[in-house]
Amino acid sequence: MRYSGWKVLLEGLRGNRGWKPVWRDPAPKAHYDAVIIGGGGHGLSTAYYLAKNHGLTNIAVLEKGYIGGGNVGRNTTIVRADYMLPGNAEFYSHSLKLWEGLEAELNYNVMLSQRGIIRLFHSDGQRDAFVRRGNAMINQGDDAVLLDREGLREQLPYLDYDQARFPVHGGLLHPRGGTARHDAVAWGYARAADRRGVDLIQNCEVTGIDVEGGRVRGVQTTRGVIRADKVAIITAGRSGQVAAMAGMRLPIESHILQAFVTEGLKPVIDHVISFGMGHFYISQSDKGGLVFGGDLDFHSSYAQRGNLPMAEHVMEAAMTLMPMIGRARVLRSWGGIMDMTPDGSPVIDRTHIDGLFVDCGWNYGGFKAVPASGWCMAHLMATGESHEVARRFRLNRFATGHLIDEEGSGSQHNLH
Amino acid sequence: MRLTCPLCGPRDRREFTYLGAEDYLHRPAPDAPRDAPPDALSEAWDSYLHLRDNPAGPTRDLWYHEQGCAAWLLVSRNTITHEITGVELVANRKGGAA
Repeated sequence: MRYSGWKVLLEGLRGNRGWKPVWRDPAPKAHYDAVIIGGGGHGLSTAYYLAKNHGLTNIAVLEKGYIGGGNVGRNTTIVRADYMLPGNAEFYSHSLKLWEGLEAELNYNVMLSQRGIIRLFHSDGQRDAFVRRGNAMINQGDDAVLLDREGLREQLPYLDYDQARFPVHGGLLHPRGGTARHDAVAWGYARAADRRGVDLIQNCEVTGIDVEGGRVRGVQTTRGVIRADKVAIITAGRSGQVAAMAGMRLPIESHILQAFVTEGLKPVIDHVISFGMGHFYISQSDKGGLVFGGDLDFHSSYAQRGNLPMAEHVMEAAMTLMPMIGRARVLRSWGGIMDMTPDGSPVIDRTHIDGLFVDCGWNYGGFKAVPASGWCMAHLMATGESHEVARRFRLNRFATGHLIDEEGSGSQHNLH
Repeated sequence: MRLTCPLCGPRDRREFTYLGAEDYLHRPAPDAPRDAPPDALSEAWDSYLHLRDNPAGPTRDLWYHEQGCAAWLLVSRNTITHEITGVELVANRKGGAA
């Protein structure tokens, strides 16, 4: 079924009786050419691009819960290409280009809203650093505009510009950045992959990875044994446990990141605003809720819920930056499990076991990477070679010293 | 979340700074080989600095009582429930400090 405005109108007139389930619910087959562990955004996009770009259709995506139930449905939906370091810059640039064509590509409304992202600066030194970052973004072919204090005030009149600790001097605007509807991205890729013959198998937890003679042979699951020539671990915060089934230790520690949403309000915040010095960022969803968050809770955790000290810190940062926010009431908060690497950059690579691949270490930036991560992982799995925009995301780069430390904060899992 | 510091008693989580997993206590011996060909750290050093078991459940990690007695602590806790099951001084362990 192809979606269109006409289809919506027609179904409206017919009492919406013509909609069909969007993807099949197949039983697992005994053998696949490739099995992807993890039905999140990255796993689904990998399956889709394996089918679309490389013609592999005998593929299964194994999801222990339901499609869209993990981090892809728990994030704060920001899409951007404002990275500076070689390795990251070309990758996220590629990802943003894929985002811009995604709705036509998937025939699914992912509600991409390129409303612009503004990163605030508060000192001369920070402004210089942002000029450098903006130039790197422009050199990469993306966009960046430096806003001085008055230019910023025109766009964001409600900030407290003269706060004592972090007076606002201006901002770096990334006009093509913005937000997208996170669930729709999962559903869109799931539907598009299913239509190309990929089996999406839900409620199917992988309990073991079979390796014989240094080669992967398949997986053990709660729904039986599945043989496969290639297996991809794309399980975000749970990567460590899944990799352990193949006897591996990953350079990853899982941390919680909290997010918050207020009751629905009339339009008030047009952009995504990032207040890095206060560890705070905010945007407004299409439903009107203010969606915001801050930093990690700073200790390893799988709890999917945060602690109060960080909640309090985020609220304080919000009040410091935009005192008007004190009138809004917080509706709910939640926590997601972040797969933190020592340098804050991800891994898309093969492993020492033939046929076993990993796509992990997305820290708290996985959502914007969904299209390019799948694109590059599919390229790696199909051709055996790293894609050119992901060639630095190597699993062994910590041992070889080729770190990609975008924030320059040092080689420790919780510092990024 | 509260940690019971062996020196200061039960204190708020905000007084403590988290360093990382217990792996940081297992620094390779001074004479352990540092490099592995080609141009990489040896497995022992890579394991100490970067690779983690990252368990979902009981774990042990290092915390610093920064706004208290400034002691390094080895905390036993559960990463799913946030339950703290034990806190001991790193200095009291055989082999000494981190």
